[in-house]
Amino acid sequence: MQIYLPIAEMPVSVMLVLGLGAAVGFVSGLFGIGGGFLMTPLLIFLGIPPATAVATQSAQIAASAMTSSLAAVRRRGIDMKLGAVLTAGGLVGTLLGVWLFAAARRAGQLDLIIVVSYVTLFTVVGSLMLAESLRDFWSARRGIVRLRRRAGAHPAFLGWPLRMRFPRSRLYASVIPIFGLSLCVGLVGALLGIGGGFIMVPALLYVFRVPTAVVIGTSQIQILAAALLAVILQSVLNGAVDVVLALILIVGGVFGAQFGTRAGRALRADVFRFLLAVLVLGVGLRFAIELVLRPSEPFSLSLPDSRR
Amino acid sequence: MTRGATLLVGLALMATGPARAERLVLSLSNHQVQISSTYTGTELTGFGVIERDAQTASRAGGFDVVITVRGPREAATVRRKEEFGPIWLNRGQQKFVAAPAFIGVLSSHPLSEIVDDTARRRLRLGLAAIVNAPEFTLDRGPEDEPYRAALVRLKSRDGLYVEDERGVGFVTDGFFRATIPLPATAPTGNYDVEAALFAGGALLARSQSSFELVKTGFEDRVTSAARERPLVYGIGTALISLAFGWVASVIFRRD
Repeated sequence: MQIYLPIAEMPVSVMLVLGLGAAVGFVSGLFGIGGGFLMTPLLIFLGIPPATAVATQSAQIAASAMTSSLAAVRRRGIDMKLGAVLTAGGLVGTLLGVWLFAAARRAGQLDLIIVVSYVTLFTVVGSLMLAESLRDFWSARRGIVRLRRRAGAHPAFLGWPLRMRFPRSRLYASVIPIFGLSLCVGLVGALLGIGGGFIMVPALLYVFRVPTAVVIGTSQIQILAAALLAVILQSVLNGAVDVVLALILIVGGVFGAQFGTRAGRALRADVFRFLLAVLVLGVGLRFAIELVLRPSEPFSLSLPDSRR
Repeated sequence: MTRGATLLVGLALMATGPARAERLVLSLSNHQVQISSTYTGTELTGFGVIERDAQTASRAGGFDVVITVRGPREAATVRRKEEFGPIWLNRGQQKFVAAPAFIGVLSSHPLSEIVDDTARRRLRLGLAAIVNAPEFTLDRGPEDEPYRAALVRLKSRDGLYVEDERGVGFVTDGFFRATIPLPATAPTGNYDVEAALFAGGALLARSQSSFELVKTGFEDRVTSAARERPLVYGIGTALISLAFGWVASVIFRRD
Protein backbone atom coordinates (compact mmCIF):
# COMPACT_ATOMS: atom_id res chain seq x y z
CA MET A 1 0.00 0.00 0.00
CA GLN A 2 1.40 3.34 -1.06
CA ILE A 3 0.66 6.69 0.55
CA TYR A 4 1.66 10.15 -0.69
CA LEU A 5 3.69 12.26 1.76
CA PRO A 6 2.58 15.90 1.48
CA ILE A 7 5.83 17.58 2.63
CA ALA A 8 8.35 15.08 1.25
CA GLU A 9 6.30 15.23 -2.00
CA MET A 10 6.62 11.54 -2.84
CA PRO A 11 4.76 8.27 -2.23
CA VAL A 12 6.14 5.58 0.10
CA SER A 13 5.09 2.04 1.00
CA VAL A 14 3.27 2.15 4.36
CA MET A 15 4.35 -1.38 5.40
CA LEU A 16 8.01 -0.67 4.63
CA VAL A 17 8.08 2.53 6.71
CA LEU A 18 6.14 0.84 9.55
CA GLY A 19 8.76 -1.92 9.56
CA LEU A 20 11.62 0.59 9.58
CA GLY A 21 10.02 2.45 12.47
CA ALA A 22 9.60 -0.78 14.44
CA ALA A 23 13.19 -1.92 13.83
CA VAL A 24 14.74 1.42 14.81
CA GLY A 25 12.30 1.70 17.75
CA PHE A 26 13.47 -1.72 19.00
CA VAL A 27 17.14 -0.69 18.94
CA SER A 28 16.23 2.62 20.54
CA GLY A 29 14.34 0.97 23.42
CA LEU A 30 17.04 -1.67 23.84
CA PHE A 31 19.93 0.74 24.30
CA GLY A 32 18.20 3.86 25.55
CA ILE A 33 19.37 5.84 22.54
CA GLY A 34 17.28 7.89 20.11
CA GLY A 35 18.14 5.89 17.01
CA GLY A 36 18.33 8.97 14.78
CA PHE A 37 21.76 7.95 13.50
CA LEU A 38 20.17 4.78 12.09
CA MET A 39 16.86 6.26 10.89
CA THR A 40 18.24 9.28 9.00
CA PRO A 41 20.41 7.29 6.55
CA LEU A 42 17.62 4.72 6.05
CA LEU A 43 15.05 7.40 5.15
CA ILE A 44 17.47 9.13 2.79
CA PHE A 45 18.12 5.73 1.19
CA LEU A 46 14.35 5.45 0.53
CA GLY A 47 14.56 8.72 -1.40
CA ILE A 48 13.11 11.05 1.27
CA PRO A 49 14.76 14.49 0.91
CA PRO A 50 17.52 14.80 3.58
CA ALA A 51 16.02 17.89 5.27
CA THR A 52 12.66 16.13 5.67
CA ALA A 53 14.31 12.90 6.87
CA VAL A 54 16.33 14.67 9.58
CA ALA A 55 13.40 16.84 10.71
CA THR A 56 10.70 14.16 10.69
CA GLN A 57 12.52 11.40 12.52
CA SER A 58 12.75 13.75 15.53
CA ALA A 59 8.98 13.25 15.94
CA GLN A 60 9.41 9.48 16.07
CA ILE A 61 12.28 9.81 18.53
CA ALA A 62 10.07 12.00 20.74
CA ALA A 63 7.32 9.36 20.76
CA SER A 64 9.69 6.45 21.54
CA ALA A 65 11.43 8.52 24.21
CA MET A 66 8.03 9.36 25.76
CA THR A 67 7.13 5.66 26.01
CA SER A 68 10.55 4.70 27.36
CA SER A 69 10.54 7.57 29.84
CA LEU A 70 7.12 6.57 31.21
CA ALA A 71 8.32 2.95 31.54
CA ALA A 72 11.46 4.17 33.33
CA VAL A 73 9.38 6.38 35.66
CA ARG A 74 7.32 3.33 36.68
CA ARG A 75 10.34 1.22 37.48
CA ARG A 76 12.01 4.25 39.15
CA GLY A 77 14.89 4.17 36.65
CA ILE A 78 15.16 7.94 36.30
CA ASP A 79 17.36 10.44 38.08
CA MET A 80 15.27 13.59 37.60
CA LYS A 81 17.97 15.86 39.03
CA LEU A 82 20.65 14.51 36.70
CA GLY A 83 18.12 14.60 33.82
CA ALA A 84 17.44 18.30 34.46
CA VAL A 85 21.16 19.20 34.39
CA LEU A 86 21.65 17.17 31.20
CA THR A 87 18.61 18.77 29.53
CA ALA A 88 19.76 22.30 30.38
CA GLY A 89 23.22 21.65 28.93
CA GLY A 90 21.69 19.94 25.90
CA LEU A 91 19.49 22.94 25.06
CA VAL A 92 22.47 25.34 25.18
CA GLY A 93 24.46 22.91 23.00
CA THR A 94 21.60 22.59 20.50
CA LEU A 95 21.45 26.36 20.01
CA LEU A 96 25.25 26.50 19.50
CA GLY A 97 25.02 23.56 17.07
CA VAL A 98 22.32 25.26 14.98
CA TRP A 99 24.53 28.34 14.76
CA LEU A 100 27.60 26.26 13.77
CA PHE A 101 25.50 24.41 11.17
CA ALA A 102 24.60 27.70 9.49
CA ALA A 103 28.21 28.97 9.65
CA ALA A 104 29.58 25.77 8.05
CA ARG A 105 26.94 25.95 5.33
CA ARG A 106 27.91 29.55 4.55
CA ALA A 107 31.55 28.43 4.26
CA GLY A 108 30.48 25.62 1.89
CA GLN A 109 32.09 22.92 4.04
CA LEU A 110 29.02 21.39 5.70
CA ASP A 111 29.18 18.04 3.85
CA LEU A 112 32.82 17.53 4.80
CA ILE A 113 32.27 18.43 8.46
CA ILE A 114 29.31 16.06 8.72
CA VAL A 115 31.03 13.05 7.16
CA VAL A 116 34.33 13.53 9.01
CA SER A 117 32.49 14.06 12.33
CA TYR A 118 30.46 10.90 11.78
CA VAL A 119 33.54 8.82 11.03
CA THR A 120 35.69 10.21 13.84
CA LEU A 121 32.99 10.21 16.49
CA PHE A 122 31.56 6.77 15.77
CA THR A 123 34.83 4.92 15.23
CA VAL A 124 36.51 6.51 18.27
CA VAL A 125 33.54 6.09 20.63
CA GLY A 126 32.79 2.62 19.24
CA SER A 127 36.42 1.41 19.52
CA LEU A 128 36.77 2.70 23.09
CA MET A 129 33.56 0.96 24.12
CA LEU A 130 34.48 -2.25 22.34
CA ALA A 131 37.97 -2.35 23.90
CA GLU A 132 36.50 -1.77 27.37
CA SER A 133 33.88 -4.45 26.88
CA LEU A 134 36.39 -6.99 25.51
CA ARG A 135 38.66 -6.34 28.51
CA ASP A 136 35.65 -7.09 30.73
CA PHE A 137 34.99 -10.38 28.96
CA TRP A 138 38.67 -11.33 29.09
CA SER A 139 39.07 -10.71 32.81
CA ALA A 140 35.79 -12.52 33.54
CA ARG A 141 37.09 -15.60 31.71
CA ARG A 142 40.32 -15.59 33.68
CA GLY A 143 38.29 -15.27 36.84
CA ILE A 144 39.59 -11.83 37.77
CA VAL A 145 36.98 -9.53 39.22
CA ARG A 146 37.48 -5.99 37.96
CA LEU A 147 35.82 -3.62 40.35
CA ARG A 148 33.62 -1.13 38.53
CA ARG A 149 33.84 1.38 41.38
CA ARG A 150 36.91 1.79 43.44
CA ALA A 151 37.12 4.22 46.28
CA GLY A 152 39.16 7.27 45.32
CA ALA A 153 39.53 6.12 41.69
CA HIS A 154 37.30 8.78 40.18
CA PRO A 155 38.63 11.02 37.42
CA ALA A 156 39.92 14.27 38.91
CA PHE A 157 37.40 16.52 37.15
CA LEU A 158 34.55 15.01 39.16
CA GLY A 159 36.04 16.85 42.12
CA TRP A 160 35.85 20.30 40.53
CA PRO A 161 33.85 23.01 42.31
CA LEU A 162 30.03 23.19 42.29
CA ARG A 163 29.72 19.60 43.47
CA MET A 164 26.23 18.23 43.57
CA ARG A 165 24.72 15.07 44.99
CA PHE A 166 22.76 12.76 42.62
CA PRO A 167 21.60 10.06 45.06
CA ARG A 168 19.72 7.94 42.51
CA SER A 169 22.80 7.75 40.28
CA ARG A 170 25.08 7.16 43.29
CA LEU A 171 27.07 10.14 42.07
CA TYR A 172 28.59 13.06 43.93
CA ALA A 173 30.35 15.20 41.37
CA SER A 174 30.91 18.70 40.03
CA VAL A 175 28.15 19.85 37.65
CA ILE A 176 30.74 21.44 35.32
CA PRO A 177 31.81 18.21 33.51
CA ILE A 178 28.18 16.97 33.44
CA PHE A 179 26.95 20.23 31.93
CA GLY A 180 29.91 20.21 29.49
CA LEU A 181 29.13 16.67 28.36
CA SER A 182 25.48 17.46 27.66
CA LEU A 183 26.48 20.70 25.90
CA CYS A 184 28.80 18.76 23.56
CA VAL A 185 26.12 16.14 22.93
CA GLY A 186 23.54 18.83 22.11
CA LEU A 187 26.01 20.60 19.80
CA VAL A 188 26.99 17.45 17.90
CA GLY A 189 23.36 16.36 17.79
CA ALA A 190 22.16 19.57 16.18
CA LEU A 191 25.09 19.55 13.75
CA LEU A 192 24.64 15.95 12.62
CA GLY A 193 20.86 15.72 12.97
CA ILE A 194 21.05 12.99 15.61
CA GLY A 195 19.93 12.77 19.24
CA GLY A 196 23.37 11.95 20.61
CA GLY A 197 22.20 9.21 23.00
CA PHE A 198 25.01 6.98 21.78
CA ILE A 199 27.56 9.46 23.24
CA MET A 200 25.55 10.26 26.36
CA VAL A 201 24.93 6.63 27.36
CA PRO A 202 28.57 5.42 27.27
CA ALA A 203 29.83 8.65 28.87
CA LEU A 204 27.44 8.25 31.79
CA LEU A 205 28.31 4.55 32.03
CA TYR A 206 32.10 4.77 31.82
CA VAL A 207 33.11 8.26 32.94
CA PHE A 208 30.51 8.97 35.60
CA ARG A 209 29.93 5.31 36.53
CA VAL A 210 26.15 5.76 36.77
CA PRO A 211 24.26 2.43 37.13
CA THR A 212 23.01 1.03 33.79
CA ALA A 213 19.31 1.06 34.72
CA VAL A 214 19.44 4.75 35.68
CA VAL A 215 21.51 5.70 32.60
CA ILE A 216 18.88 4.44 30.14
CA GLY A 217 15.89 6.16 31.79
CA THR A 218 17.73 9.43 32.41
CA SER A 219 19.12 9.67 28.88
CA GLN A 220 15.58 9.07 27.55
CA ILE A 221 14.35 12.16 29.45
CA GLN A 222 17.08 14.29 27.87
CA ILE A 223 16.36 12.82 24.40
CA LEU A 224 12.63 13.54 24.82
CA ALA A 225 13.30 17.22 25.56
CA ALA A 226 15.80 17.60 22.70
CA ALA A 227 13.53 15.82 20.17
CA LEU A 228 10.48 17.94 21.07
CA LEU A 229 12.55 21.11 20.66
CA ALA A 230 13.89 19.80 17.33
CA VAL A 231 10.39 19.08 15.95
CA ILE A 232 9.20 22.61 16.75
CA LEU A 233 12.41 24.35 15.57
CA GLN A 234 12.51 22.33 12.32
CA SER A 235 8.86 23.18 11.60
CA VAL A 236 9.38 26.88 12.18
CA LEU A 237 12.81 27.30 10.54
CA ASN A 238 12.73 24.79 7.67
CA GLY A 239 9.09 23.68 7.27
CA ALA A 240 10.55 20.23 6.74
CA VAL A 241 8.50 18.09 9.18
CA ASP A 242 6.17 15.69 7.34
CA VAL A 243 3.32 14.82 9.71
CA VAL A 244 2.12 11.84 7.64
CA LEU A 245 5.59 10.27 7.56
CA ALA A 246 5.95 11.06 11.29
CA LEU A 247 2.67 9.24 12.10
CA ILE A 248 3.70 6.05 10.26
CA LEU A 249 7.15 6.07 11.88
CA ILE A 250 5.65 6.72 15.33
CA VAL A 251 3.15 3.84 15.10
CA GLY A 252 5.93 1.46 14.04
CA GLY A 253 8.41 2.94 16.50
CA VAL A 254 6.34 2.83 19.71
CA PHE A 255 5.68 -0.89 19.25
CA GLY A 256 9.33 -1.60 18.47
CA ALA A 257 10.48 0.45 21.46
CA GLN A 258 8.25 -1.55 23.86
CA PHE A 259 9.83 -4.84 22.83
CA GLY A 260 13.27 -3.24 22.84
CA THR A 261 12.86 -1.99 26.41
CA ARG A 262 11.83 -5.47 27.58
CA ALA A 263 14.69 -7.15 25.75
CA GLY A 264 17.04 -4.56 27.29
CA ARG A 265 16.00 -5.52 30.81
CA ALA A 266 16.72 -9.19 30.06
CA LEU A 267 20.23 -8.44 28.73
CA ARG A 268 23.28 -8.89 30.93
CA ALA A 269 25.11 -5.60 31.48
CA ASP A 270 28.36 -6.73 29.84
CA VAL A 271 26.53 -8.12 26.80
CA PHE A 272 24.57 -4.85 26.59
CA ARG A 273 27.77 -2.78 26.49
CA PHE A 274 29.34 -5.11 23.93
CA LEU A 275 26.33 -4.92 21.55
CA LEU A 276 26.11 -1.13 21.82
CA ALA A 277 29.84 -0.86 21.07
CA VAL A 278 29.49 -3.08 17.98
CA LEU A 279 26.50 -1.06 16.73
CA VAL A 280 28.25 2.32 17.10
CA LEU A 281 31.51 1.07 15.60
CA GLY A 282 29.61 -0.56 12.71
CA VAL A 283 27.93 2.73 11.76
CA GLY A 284 31.29 4.54 11.97
CA LEU A 285 32.99 1.98 9.71
CA ARG A 286 30.14 2.18 7.21
CA PHE A 287 30.73 5.93 6.83
CA ALA A 288 34.52 5.42 6.72
CA ILE A 289 34.13 2.92 3.87
CA GLU A 290 31.94 5.38 1.99
CA LEU A 291 34.65 8.00 2.40
CA VAL A 292 37.51 5.77 1.20
CA LEU A 293 35.96 3.67 -1.56
CA ARG A 294 35.90 4.91 -5.15
CA PRO A 295 32.25 5.93 -5.65
CA SER A 296 30.38 4.23 -8.52
CA GLU A 297 28.68 7.55 -9.26
CA PRO A 298 31.01 10.43 -8.37
CA PHE A 299 28.32 13.03 -9.13
CA SER A 300 25.43 13.90 -6.85
CA LEU A 301 22.48 16.24 -7.25
CA SER A 302 21.20 18.49 -4.49
CA LEU A 303 18.07 20.61 -4.59
CA PRO A 304 17.40 23.68 -2.47
CA ASP A 305 15.92 23.12 0.99
CA SER A 306 13.20 25.62 0.17
CA ARG A 307 11.36 23.19 -2.09
CA ARG A 308 12.02 20.03 -0.17
CA MET B 1 16.35 35.36 -28.09
CA THR B 2 17.22 32.42 -30.35
CA ARG B 3 13.90 30.81 -29.60
CA GLY B 4 12.11 34.06 -30.44
CA ALA B 5 13.98 34.23 -33.72
CA THR B 6 13.05 30.67 -34.66
CA LEU B 7 9.47 31.36 -33.76
CA LEU B 8 9.54 34.34 -36.12
CA VAL B 9 11.08 32.18 -38.82
CA GLY B 10 8.39 29.61 -38.23
CA LEU B 11 5.66 32.22 -38.45
CA ALA B 12 7.25 33.63 -41.58
CA LEU B 13 7.36 30.14 -43.08
CA MET B 14 3.72 29.62 -42.24
CA ALA B 15 2.82 32.92 -43.85
CA THR B 16 4.76 32.50 -47.09
CA GLY B 17 2.13 30.74 -49.12
CA PRO B 18 -0.30 27.94 -49.62
CA ALA B 19 2.46 25.32 -49.83
CA ARG B 20 3.33 25.96 -46.16
CA ALA B 21 -0.15 26.24 -44.74
CA GLU B 22 -0.05 23.48 -42.13
CA ARG B 23 -1.49 24.35 -38.78
CA LEU B 24 -0.83 22.38 -35.61
CA VAL B 25 -3.48 22.04 -32.90
CA LEU B 26 -2.48 20.47 -29.57
CA SER B 27 -4.80 19.42 -26.78
CA LEU B 28 -4.11 17.72 -23.43
CA SER B 29 -6.33 15.14 -21.71
CA ASN B 30 -6.07 17.13 -18.50
CA HIS B 31 -5.11 20.69 -17.59
CA GLN B 32 -4.99 20.11 -13.86
CA VAL B 33 -3.50 16.98 -12.31
CA GLN B 34 -4.53 16.55 -8.68
CA ILE B 35 -2.36 14.91 -6.04
CA SER B 36 -4.32 12.98 -3.42
CA SER B 37 -3.04 10.59 -0.75
CA THR B 38 -2.98 7.66 -3.20
CA TYR B 39 -1.03 9.52 -5.90
CA THR B 40 1.83 7.48 -7.36
CA GLY B 41 2.55 9.48 -10.49
CA THR B 42 0.36 9.77 -13.54
CA GLU B 43 0.20 9.81 -17.32
CA LEU B 44 -1.21 12.59 -19.44
CA THR B 45 -2.26 12.16 -23.03
CA GLY B 46 -1.65 14.83 -25.62
CA PHE B 47 -3.67 14.82 -28.85
CA GLY B 48 -2.79 16.77 -31.93
CA VAL B 49 -4.26 17.49 -35.31
CA ILE B 50 -2.35 18.72 -38.37
CA GLU B 51 -4.69 20.94 -40.35
CA ARG B 52 -4.15 21.50 -44.06
CA ASP B 53 -6.22 23.49 -46.48
CA ALA B 54 -7.17 22.23 -49.93
CA GLN B 55 -4.18 23.79 -51.72
CA THR B 56 -1.53 22.31 -49.46
CA ALA B 57 0.80 20.10 -51.38
CA SER B 58 1.09 16.65 -49.88
CA ARG B 59 4.53 15.86 -48.50
CA ALA B 60 6.40 12.82 -49.67
CA GLY B 61 8.25 12.05 -46.44
CA GLY B 62 5.27 12.48 -44.15
CA PHE B 63 5.17 14.50 -40.93
CA ASP B 64 7.14 14.26 -37.71
CA VAL B 65 6.14 15.67 -34.35
CA VAL B 66 8.33 16.47 -31.34
CA ILE B 67 6.62 17.22 -28.00
CA THR B 68 8.67 18.89 -25.26
CA VAL B 69 7.36 19.14 -21.67
CA ARG B 70 9.13 21.44 -19.22
CA GLY B 71 8.32 21.38 -15.49
CA PRO B 72 8.73 24.19 -12.94
CA ARG B 73 12.22 25.71 -12.69
CA GLU B 74 14.38 24.99 -9.65
CA ALA B 75 17.93 25.72 -8.58
CA ALA B 76 19.95 22.51 -8.62
CA THR B 77 23.60 21.90 -7.71
CA VAL B 78 25.61 19.00 -9.12
CA ARG B 79 28.67 18.06 -7.09
CA ARG B 80 31.56 15.81 -8.02
CA LYS B 81 33.53 13.62 -5.62
CA GLU B 82 37.26 13.67 -6.26
CA GLU B 83 40.14 11.78 -4.70
CA PHE B 84 41.84 13.82 -1.98
CA GLY B 85 44.64 11.82 -0.37
CA PRO B 86 43.09 8.55 0.82
CA ILE B 87 39.50 9.79 0.82
CA TRP B 88 36.82 10.92 -1.64
CA LEU B 89 35.39 14.38 -1.13
CA ASN B 90 32.91 16.61 -2.91
CA ARG B 91 35.20 19.14 -4.53
CA GLY B 92 33.91 20.44 -7.86
CA GLN B 93 30.40 21.76 -8.33
CA GLN B 94 28.20 23.34 -10.98
CA LYS B 95 25.03 25.29 -10.27
CA PHE B 96 21.98 25.13 -12.50
CA VAL B 97 20.05 28.21 -11.46
CA ALA B 98 16.79 27.52 -13.29
CA ALA B 99 16.78 23.93 -14.53
CA PRO B 100 13.31 22.49 -15.25
CA ALA B 101 12.48 19.93 -12.54
CA PHE B 102 10.99 17.74 -15.27
CA ILE B 103 11.82 17.49 -18.97
CA GLY B 104 10.03 15.08 -21.30
CA VAL B 105 10.88 14.89 -24.99
CA LEU B 106 8.60 12.66 -27.07
CA SER B 107 8.99 12.28 -30.81
CA SER B 108 7.61 10.20 -33.66
CA HIS B 109 11.07 9.16 -34.87
CA PRO B 110 14.62 9.40 -33.49
CA LEU B 111 15.47 13.13 -33.39
CA SER B 112 18.51 12.63 -35.65
CA GLU B 113 16.17 11.42 -38.41
CA ILE B 114 13.85 14.42 -38.03
CA VAL B 115 16.28 17.36 -38.21
CA ASP B 116 20.04 17.82 -38.54
CA ASP B 117 22.33 18.52 -35.59
CA THR B 118 22.59 22.27 -36.15
CA ALA B 119 18.83 22.74 -36.23
CA ARG B 120 18.43 20.45 -33.23
CA ARG B 121 20.77 22.59 -31.17
CA ARG B 122 19.23 25.83 -32.43
CA LEU B 123 15.67 24.68 -31.73
CA ARG B 124 16.58 23.06 -28.35
CA LEU B 125 15.16 19.73 -29.46
CA GLY B 126 15.93 16.78 -27.20
CA LEU B 127 17.46 16.46 -23.72
CA ALA B 128 21.03 16.88 -24.97
CA ALA B 129 20.22 20.06 -26.88
CA ILE B 130 18.26 21.57 -23.97
CA VAL B 131 20.84 20.78 -21.29
CA ASN B 132 23.87 21.63 -23.45
CA ALA B 133 22.45 25.01 -24.47
CA PRO B 134 24.80 27.82 -23.38
CA GLU B 135 22.12 29.58 -21.30
CA PHE B 136 21.28 26.42 -19.30
CA THR B 137 24.15 26.96 -16.84
CA LEU B 138 27.32 29.00 -16.48
CA ASP B 139 29.57 28.20 -19.45
CA ARG B 140 33.05 27.25 -18.26
CA GLY B 141 34.41 25.86 -21.50
CA PRO B 142 34.98 22.09 -21.31
CA GLU B 143 34.75 22.25 -17.48
CA ASP B 144 30.96 22.23 -17.26
CA GLU B 145 30.28 19.39 -19.70
CA PRO B 146 30.63 16.45 -17.26
CA TYR B 147 28.24 18.26 -14.90
CA ARG B 148 25.61 18.75 -17.60
CA ALA B 149 25.90 15.05 -18.51
CA ALA B 150 25.65 14.08 -14.83
CA LEU B 151 22.49 16.17 -14.37
CA VAL B 152 20.84 14.33 -17.26
CA ARG B 153 22.03 10.96 -15.93
CA LEU B 154 20.87 11.57 -12.34
CA LYS B 155 17.52 13.05 -13.38
CA SER B 156 16.90 10.28 -15.93
CA ARG B 157 17.49 7.67 -13.23
CA ASP B 158 14.47 9.07 -11.33
CA GLY B 159 12.34 9.37 -14.47
CA LEU B 160 12.42 13.17 -14.22
CA TYR B 161 14.26 13.65 -17.51
CA VAL B 162 12.83 11.36 -20.18
CA GLU B 163 13.34 11.06 -23.90
CA ASP B 164 11.19 8.68 -25.96
CA GLU B 165 11.88 8.55 -29.68
CA ARG B 166 8.70 6.54 -30.27
CA GLY B 167 6.57 8.51 -27.80
CA VAL B 168 4.42 10.17 -30.46
CA GLY B 169 2.22 7.86 -32.51
CA PHE B 170 0.28 8.80 -35.63
CA VAL B 171 -3.28 7.46 -35.62
CA THR B 172 -3.89 8.78 -39.14
CA ASP B 173 -1.76 11.03 -41.36
CA GLY B 174 -3.02 14.16 -39.69
CA PHE B 175 -3.81 12.97 -36.17
CA PHE B 176 -1.30 11.96 -33.49
CA ARG B 177 -1.27 11.15 -29.81
CA ALA B 178 1.44 11.00 -27.15
CA THR B 179 1.58 9.79 -23.56
CA ILE B 180 3.50 11.97 -21.10
CA PRO B 181 4.75 9.88 -18.13
CA LEU B 182 4.87 11.96 -14.93
CA PRO B 183 6.72 10.25 -12.02
CA ALA B 184 5.44 10.69 -8.44
CA THR B 185 8.49 12.79 -7.50
CA ALA B 186 7.77 15.46 -10.14
CA PRO B 187 7.13 18.65 -8.14
CA THR B 188 3.91 20.66 -8.08
CA GLY B 189 3.64 23.67 -10.37
CA ASN B 190 3.14 24.62 -13.98
CA TYR B 191 4.24 22.38 -16.84
CA ASP B 192 4.62 23.82 -20.34
CA VAL B 193 3.97 21.53 -23.27
CA GLU B 194 5.21 22.48 -26.72
CA ALA B 195 4.63 20.52 -29.93
CA ALA B 196 6.65 21.14 -33.08
CA LEU B 197 5.75 19.85 -36.55
CA PHE B 198 8.46 18.88 -39.03
CA ALA B 199 8.61 17.61 -42.58
CA GLY B 200 11.69 17.06 -44.72
CA GLY B 201 13.94 18.47 -41.97
CA ALA B 202 12.10 21.80 -41.77
CA LEU B 203 10.04 23.23 -38.93
CA LEU B 204 6.50 23.87 -40.20
CA ALA B 205 4.47 24.87 -37.16
CA ARG B 206 4.40 24.97 -33.38
CA SER B 207 1.69 24.78 -30.79
CA GLN B 208 1.74 25.29 -27.04
CA SER B 209 -0.31 24.19 -24.09
CA SER B 210 0.22 23.66 -20.38
CA PHE B 211 -1.03 21.81 -17.35
CA GLU B 212 -0.77 22.30 -13.62
CA LEU B 213 0.13 19.77 -10.93
CA VAL B 214 -1.54 20.60 -7.59
CA LYS B 215 -2.09 19.00 -4.20
CA THR B 216 -5.73 18.61 -3.15
CA GLY B 217 -7.76 17.78 -0.06
CA PHE B 218 -5.79 16.52 2.95
CA GLU B 219 -2.38 16.86 1.25
CA ASP B 220 -3.14 20.48 0.39
CA ARG B 221 -4.34 21.30 3.92
CA VAL B 222 -1.22 19.78 5.52
CA THR B 223 1.09 21.69 3.17
CA SER B 224 -0.60 25.04 3.76
CA ALA B 225 -0.70 24.47 7.54
CA ALA B 226 3.05 23.74 7.52
CA ARG B 227 3.71 26.85 5.46
CA GLU B 228 1.29 29.36 6.98
CA ARG B 229 1.22 28.37 10.67
CA PRO B 230 4.55 26.58 11.22
CA LEU B 231 4.58 27.08 15.00
CA VAL B 232 1.09 25.57 15.45
CA TYR B 233 2.01 22.77 13.04
CA GLY B 234 5.24 22.02 14.92
CA ILE B 235 3.62 22.04 18.35
CA GLY B 236 0.77 19.91 16.98
CA THR B 237 3.24 17.32 15.62
CA ALA B 238 5.11 17.34 18.95
CA LEU B 239 1.81 16.76 20.85
CA ILE B 240 0.90 13.89 18.51
CA SER B 241 4.28 12.28 19.32
CA LEU B 242 3.67 12.64 23.07
CA ALA B 243 0.13 11.29 22.79
CA PHE B 244 1.18 8.22 20.80
CA GLY B 245 4.06 7.56 23.18
CA TRP B 246 1.68 7.72 26.14
CA VAL B 247 -0.98 5.53 24.46
CA ALA B 248 1.67 2.90 23.68
CA SER B 249 2.86 2.84 27.27
CA VAL B 250 -0.77 2.38 28.47
CA ILE B 251 -1.44 -0.43 25.98
CA PHE B 252 1.74 -2.28 26.89
CA ARG B 253 1.51 -1.71 30.63
CA ARG B 254 1.81 -5.08 32.28
CA ASP B 255 3.79 -4.45 35.40
